[in-house]
Amino acid sequence: MKSVFVYCEVENQKVAEISQELLSAGKRLAEKLGAPLEAMVNGKDLKGIESQIAPYGVDKLFVGDDTRLEPYRTLPHAALVTKVLKQEDPQIVLFGATSVGRDLAPRIASKLNCGLTADTTILDIGDHFVKKEKKEYTDLLYAIRPAFGGSIMANIINWDMHPQMATVREGVMKKEIFDANYKTKVISVKVNEVVSDTDFVVKIIERHIEESEVNLKDAPIIVAGGYGVGSKENFDLLKNLANILGGEVGGSRAAVDAGFIDHNRQIGQTGTTVRPKLYIAAGISGAIQHTAGMQDASLIISINNDPEAPINALADYVITGDLGIVIPKMIQYYKENAK
Amino acid sequence: MRPLKIIVLAKQVPDTRHVGPDAMKPDGTVNRGKLSTVFNPDDLHALELALNIKDRIPGTQVTILTMGPQKAADIIREGYYRGVDDGIMISDRRFGGADTLATSYTIVQAIKKIADYDLIVGGRQAIDGDTAQVGPQCADKLNIPQVTYVEEILEIKEDEIIARRRLETGVETVSAPYPVLMTVHGSSPDCRSRKAKKVMKYKYARTKTEMRKGDPVLEALHLKRPHLVIPEWSVEDINADVTKIGLAGSPTKVKSVSSIVLTATESKVLTDSDSDIEGMIKELIKHHTIG
Repeated sequence: MKSVFVYCEVENQKVAEISQELLSAGKRLAEKLGAPLEAMVNGKDLKGIESQIAPYGVDKLFVGDDTRLEPYRTLPHAALVTKVLKQEDPQIVLFGATSVGRDLAPRIASKLNCGLTADTTILDIGDHFVKKEKKEYTDLLYAIRPAFGGSIMANIINWDMHPQMATVREGVMKKEIFDANYKTKVISVKVNEVVSDTDFVVKIIERHIEESEVNLKDAPIIVAGGYGVGSKENFDLLKNLANILGGEVGGSRAAVDAGFIDHNRQIGQTGTTVRPKLYIAAGISGAIQHTAGMQDASLIISINNDPEAPINALADYVITGDLGIVIPKMIQYYKENAK
Repeated sequence: MRPLKIIVLAKQVPDTRHVGPDAMKPDGTVNRGKLSTVFNPDDLHALELALNIKDRIPGTQVTILTMGPQKAADIIREGYYRGVDDGIMISDRRFGGADTLATSYTIVQAIKKIADYDLIVGGRQAIDGDTAQVGPQCADKLNIPQVTYVEEILEIKEDEIIARRRLETGVETVSAPYPVLMTVHGSSPDCRSRKAKKVMKYKYARTKTEMRKGDPVLEALHLKRPHLVIPEWSVEDINADVTKIGLAGSPTKVKSVSSIVLTATESKVLTDSDSDIEGMIKELIKHHTIG
């Protein structure tokens, strides 16, 4: 049985969160198919990196260890991954829908002349009957993703030009350890034999990576604002409420586009997907673009002037009113009642 | 600095940012007739980036290239109105139904016909699919490096170009030799507006197919002003292998689509009165949601 294969991102000896999510998702697919799970990681000083990858149930791990492989650059990574994919011939290959995965995966799909589905949020295995060929294809990858600005979900399949490749959105796949003592076969790739000098023509001159102090994904409480918040100043109200409740502030795409809040705090299809225990939506109308990224919150409060705002359909508490009045009252009564 | 030759890749897309309630048919498929078409937003940023280089280095040649049905000739005209030197339209029914792999093959065949270029720029992604794949796939097929998510061109040198990239977690400055393909991020400067003079000059620019119905006045004008004829390339013109284009050349197929329905929750509806809000806060504390 051909394998399921995951491309892992690594920086400073730490395997990215998205890659751990992908390994878990890949393992679930591999189990359904009765197939082995393989992975590749490319970076520098990767000695012992398998300890972060093996527990997800990886049968075979390819490691490309070379100082030139970090920070990520397209061409050397594409050369290494393509080489291993040609040799291993997996049936499914997964990448993160991150700035790395979305840069790398299409380049590799072009080299392998195969299909690639972008930004999937659901992965499954299923069959498909091709009328023209009168043939039933079994055990195909169902790569399901929001389409057309998020108004529909499309199930994308690829029955004849394999491998079946997909990039997967961050935060949508559940991360779970398969077996803490899982035995992985580690294969060290001879980087020099695969990459050439021309793979390093693009040079990184400078890099400013903000260690993202924003961690929306793990925040138990999120206070999010939309275009209806009206101004950057009004967002301070939301920040106060978030601070007092021990939560984080987020925003809809409209609020980010309007410059009310930084884009690294965007929640929704083109931002972060979150599942907090409490989500307070202030001045958010509830475009699917946004609700797709927060609808799994355990409890939702909507504060909106418009009693008909679509988000109210999702909310457990609908407060019809001005957020400039409602939020200070929430802060006041929280202070009075919390111990 | 010598002038550059730049190709801008641009696409006409349905305006998915303004999807109305009638944009979906009851069976869950897209009602394309109800969606207006627009110049893909990121591609406008790419156009600005190219025109900005032209401002900085006089003599730079900017060619806009689009693929699509006849209506997509709007993209070429919009390009002219803002200052491009040339426009080329790839249009043929047989290109229809292409996914990103077939699209990049088709565009690359056209780029190979243009042959002479230093820089190719396109938007990071198109709003009809948000895939961000066609740029990198074209770069691969042309065997040239790619620089994705470009926010600003910092320096243009004889043998290399320096750009700042916008990543999810920060920024990165890179240098790349020519020829190179760049995809442009929406955080880069907005595109300049149309120039009235250019609109006057190019408003009658048409492809041959657009002229098919026969308009003697326009035909006479086109004879007198050949720059108004938008070149239109077919499968044969770009020497494309028909097994690699359109639906046949596309590995990914849509099996099914479903509309997203918001699952209704039983909501408690409150006002902004003190008693309502205090009551809610007390409930949340009692259930250990907060506090």
